[in-house]
Amino acid sequence: MVNIDVELDCKGMYCPMPIVKLKKATKIMESGQLLKLVATDPGSVRDVPAWAKKTGAEIIETTESDGEYEFIIKVS
Amino acid sequence: MTEKMKHAYVVHSGTLDKLYPVFMLASTGGAMDAEVHLFFTFWGLDAVKKGGLDKAKLPGIMSVGTGMMKGKIKKVGVPSLPELLKMCRDTENVKIYACSTTMAMMDVKEEDLIDEVDEIVGAATFLDLAMDAQVQMFI
Repeated sequence: MVNIDVELDCKGMYCPMPIVKLKKATKIMESGQLLKLVATDPGSVRDVPAWAKKTGAEIIETTESDGEYEFIIKVS
Repeated sequence: MTEKMKHAYVVHSGTLDKLYPVFMLASTGGAMDAEVHLFFTFWGLDAVKKGGLDKAKLPGIMSVGTGMMKGKIKKVGVPSLPELLKMCRDTENVKIYACSTTMAMMDVKEEDLIDEVDEIVGAATFLDLAMDAQVQMFI
């Protein structure tokens, strides 16, 4: 099990909220730290990787169960 | 970090249906580390007048359904336009420009504009930014 530094609950939120919250959270994190994001917006499946691609963050793990999408993200 | 990507949007309409996509795209663009330039011109200028975002309605005959639409938006937890504007500003990547010609045409003074307006400019300034932008839109 990896050590998560910050957990971000975006359940029930729709675009653009998860991405805006993700940026706000990672802004104050240090490079290499891990963030766990949980979202229910189906758009986040593509949106979170697109955000990571542009900001240089790395997605370590993506899982889905019961309409909840979980991302483990390494901050750049 | 390499130079930021740039977005340049002409915001030509001041109605709710057009302003929502503007601020959703701008807040997301800012969160994706892009520099987003919003040029509020013609009817779009209403949006950056004090209280303008609160007054925005659906266009034409649909305006009667504005309250219902806003209710639905709130119900699913989508932020209001003023909240989205704040999110844009919090990214520190979204710049707001007011069109000087529109201000003269519609008799709008600098003090009538919201504090978030960074600069009052003309078409050449916007085009200069847009020519260097990877994303350009007219909304």
